[in-house]
Amino acid sequence: MKCRVCGNDAVINLKAYNNALCARDFIAFLENRVLKTIQRYRLIDKDEKPLVAVSGGKDSLSLWYILNRLGFASDGVYIDLSIEGYSSLSLDKVKTMADRIQRRVFIFHLMETLGKGIDKLSRVIKRSTCSACGMIKRYIMNRVCMDRGYNVIITGHNLDDEASALLGNILYWKDEYLWKKGLELKESEGHLSKKVKPLFLCSEREMAAYAILNSIDYIRDECPFSIDAKSLVYKDILNRIEESSPGTKLQFIKGYLKVSRAMKTQRRKDNLDYCAVCGYPASGGICSFCRIMERFGIEGDIRFDEYKPEGLPT
Amino acid sequence: MIVELDGKKITVDRAPTVLRLMEELSINREAYLVIVNDRLVTEDHRLNKDDSVKLIKVVSGG
Repeated sequence: MKCRVCGNDAVINLKAYNNALCARDFIAFLENRVLKTIQRYRLIDKDEKPLVAVSGGKDSLSLWYILNRLGFASDGVYIDLSIEGYSSLSLDKVKTMADRIQRRVFIFHLMETLGKGIDKLSRVIKRSTCSACGMIKRYIMNRVCMDRGYNVIITGHNLDDEASALLGNILYWKDEYLWKKGLELKESEGHLSKKVKPLFLCSEREMAAYAILNSIDYIRDECPFSIDAKSLVYKDILNRIEESSPGTKLQFIKGYLKVSRAMKTQRRKDNLDYCAVCGYPASGGICSFCRIMERFGIEGDIRFDEYKPEGLPT
Repeated sequence: MIVELDGKKITVDRAPTVLRLMEELSINREAYLVIVNDRLVTEDHRLNKDDSVKLIKVVSGG
């Protein structure tokens, strides 16, 4: 198969676009897609200071790399949940990328703060591990963003993540979540940082190919707690549909974006409540994170380590 | 031929192309990338018996 741009050997066949590209033209295609998404949906303004949530996986590391190549100088935040045999390896990958792009990364260690990893913590607070993980990540991302003078959090959610979550919300008619997804979560002054997803229209396969072609060293093992995740079942179903009808996932998500805009306008009313302790969004009085801090008798500021590549000015 | 699938080496009957190999292993083309002799390739790539073939899963949960 030949590249449709230059005629050299193609390395990837993009059936959803009826296109095949060589390494160089695919890299240009994907970076351009991310840039166009940022520009079209006005995700990051030139005067904003972005912070990328990095996990050590292909999506967030590639996104961090791409943003810095595109001129959106971004630092990173990594949340160490003390998952045995997984978290330390992920952190190594994050530091390798920080060195490569010469950007700093803030690191939150759950074990140092609460004396427990995510596994034990989720049992104590009687939540599923994934639910506890999501709650902590949302809080910490917001906290480091606001405390350290950044104004937009960037996450590596890709097309497949969004399509599988949407399918799950539709299958169970989770009306409370169904119309909340999107490329951007707006900021709430003093309470919540803006959050954006520039990979919304990039598939998981495209992101893995980009990482491989750019020699991005990412963690390939699955998080041990996500092995039975329903999202994997939904992704498998969607990939089977995609294989027989290329472009379905993209149409599913693009259609959602169009419809959800109208639905959000109709439903814009629910007033957010804010935590009496930290001021971040909460559904009742005190937010879940502050409740945990109270329960463990922890007072004072949350501590972040800061990893700074050698040679980076202070 | 020897193929590396998700980090594990398996033996399969020789397949003439990447597409046939994926079909034989019942692997979804959307969920995997194929690397032959350290190069990412498309599904029409022809395989030789001495090729080093790696199938890399691209799907992650969470």
